[in-house]
Amino acid sequence: MIKEVRIHGRGGQGSVTAAEVLAHAAFIEGKWVQAFPYFGAERRGAAVKAFARISSEPLLVHSQVYSPDYVIVLDPYIYRVVDVTEGLKGGGVIVLNTKKKPSEIGLEGWRVGTVDATGIALELNLLVAGLPVVNTSILGAFAKASGEVKLASVLQAVKETWSGGVSEKNVRATELAYERLKKWWDGED
Amino acid sequence: MVQRVVDTANHLAGYAAKAAGVKVVAAYPITPQTTIVEKIADFVESGEMDAEYIRVESEHSAMVACIGAAAAGVRTFTATSSHGLALLHEALHWASGSRLPIVMAVVNRAMGAPWSIWPDMSDSLSQRDTGWIQFYCAGNQEVFDTILQAYKLCEDERVFLPAMVCLEGFILSHTYAPAEIPDQAKVDAFLPAYKSGWVLDVNKPYSHANLVSPEWYMEFRYLIQEAMENAKRLIPQIDKEYAERFGHAYGGLIEKYRCDDADLVLLAMGTIGSDAKLAVDKLRKEGLKVGSARVRVYRPFPVEEIVKLAASSRMLVTLDRHISFGMEGFLGSEVKASLYGQQDRPLFSGFIAGLGGRDVTAETIEKVAKRSLKMLDAGRVEKETEWVDLRE
Amino acid sequence: MTLAPKKRGDLPLTPLSCPTEGSMGNTGSWRTFRPEVNYSKCTKCTLCWVFCPDAAITRQQDDSPKIDYDYCKGCGICANECPVKAIVMVREEE
Repeated sequence: MIKEVRIHGRGGQGSVTAAEVLAHAAFIEGKWVQAFPYFGAERRGAAVKAFARISSEPLLVHSQVYSPDYVIVLDPYIYRVVDVTEGLKGGGVIVLNTKKKPSEIGLEGWRVGTVDATGIALELNLLVAGLPVVNTSILGAFAKASGEVKLASVLQAVKETWSGGVSEKNVRATELAYERLKKWWDGED
Repeated sequence: MVQRVVDTANHLAGYAAKAAGVKVVAAYPITPQTTIVEKIADFVESGEMDAEYIRVESEHSAMVACIGAAAAGVRTFTATSSHGLALLHEALHWASGSRLPIVMAVVNRAMGAPWSIWPDMSDSLSQRDTGWIQFYCAGNQEVFDTILQAYKLCEDERVFLPAMVCLEGFILSHTYAPAEIPDQAKVDAFLPAYKSGWVLDVNKPYSHANLVSPEWYMEFRYLIQEAMENAKRLIPQIDKEYAERFGHAYGGLIEKYRCDDADLVLLAMGTIGSDAKLAVDKLRKEGLKVGSARVRVYRPFPVEEIVKLAASSRMLVTLDRHISFGMEGFLGSEVKASLYGQQDRPLFSGFIAGLGGRDVTAETIEKVAKRSLKMLDAGRVEKETEWVDLRE
Repeated sequence: MTLAPKKRGDLPLTPLSCPTEGSMGNTGSWRTFRPEVNYSKCTKCTLCWVFCPDAAITRQQDDSPKIDYDYCKGCGICANECPVKAIVMVREEE
């Protein structure tokens, strides 16, 4: 069993960290994992892709992910400049940080899960340099949408990555995103 | 207690320097190496690692500082990539000629111009003549293990040469994957205290590497060549000992996969050598007799191993993540050179792939293998060197 | 406008780039917050125009600021520098 995940975001949003925390969560569950970025120009705002593989066996593969089973999108507007559906396997799931409906962003017909992770961050005052932190909460949403990792594993990975008050806020954000994830398939649009 | 972690090859290189009890690190940052030395800086800052971290103003100074430290009698470590390695080039010659057992991680990154941050092996391969031992790793665990093995090898009195442990940028350096960090007591049992062939001592002052006239210079160089030959014999022994102690093995000089009855053997270095195994498995399922051999050690070049592979197969093919302009890839050249003296030689074709971080997938490798098998069937090679996936 | 090569024959000897407006595309899409100017409070001091790091604010004939939302990244420096708090950062809803 190998599941591949692609994460879209902008430099500074923590897409790479999201991939690592996701991998960590799966590792806690005994899986073999990989998490890696595709680096472009290293600066805030640039479109960034990060990847994770979750496998039941050790991995020999080192090439990029071309046909992900899941896509996670941290930035609410990046779909305007990047095709987030590229290569997504049939039946694959997209988890998006947005307040909009899939039909409002050209994703009708895809299996989409949405959560306003930005809103959750603003609610909890979970900010870094004034910008909302969405990379942990989106993983809570991913856990609910995909079932590939348990929420408890994601929370443990978060707790092992950050400490103190920062950790608590991230944990709370992750839990809220898990609760508030809306699934837009099975005819729910 | 073995520590099971998930971390990047760069961080694991930092852990290895710590486990090896390195006492001086002099380094200058460069993408994609920087997180190695950042990790070490964290260790030194927190006191976890009892070492001197020298912040130098360039990679050239980094290597020269390491030469000074190694000469003064301590285990040293540094890391660099691409233009950083090129910048310290002249000091590489000095380190090897001084016979100092420095270990350096080289995170392989393409050379500019045009500017590139992505992986290929042009940086380290273009330093192949400098008298440094060169290892090429294909996984995070291997990076950790090879650094420890390198110190053991380099500090052997039959060697006393510096070594580069190479790992591809981003593919390994920034890829987070599971690994094991062994118990420190076991590491100490494997790796004894630092030893070098000579030490600067204020009580017994002398200078080193002094002017040598044409009367003796050649002989000094011959000693380095002998040391490389010794390293070639010792590397498989050290790999075996390491496997017995720590449970990880890498095949010594070359990691062979399903080569015994192979008609075609694919040779590569680094992660291409790992993904090649996936291609081999797929081709074998189709009934095609293909094997792969990952050249783990480029200097000293494993001539005897190549000769053995050639004896048991009908075609050898190399995938070089490198090009020497005006000629071909270095792995290809040296495989051919190793076989020139043999009576019966297999067919050979060289491929250039993955330059500047162009992704090399198992599918790409499969394509190369099928193309090669066609040539094998025809009994002749179309081109000595082909570039893979080149845009028209 | 960057010319994306289609064939190897399209390549120059080495990449050559020259300054171009908006070469990174509409960086306004990077915004989480957008600045909104309350023109009745604005004293036309032009400090926001001076401080905008992206030249996304133009100084009008009457010295009032005009924000170019195609390129404004929502960094909030203009709101921070405004001495009369005539600029407010609101969550981008578009």
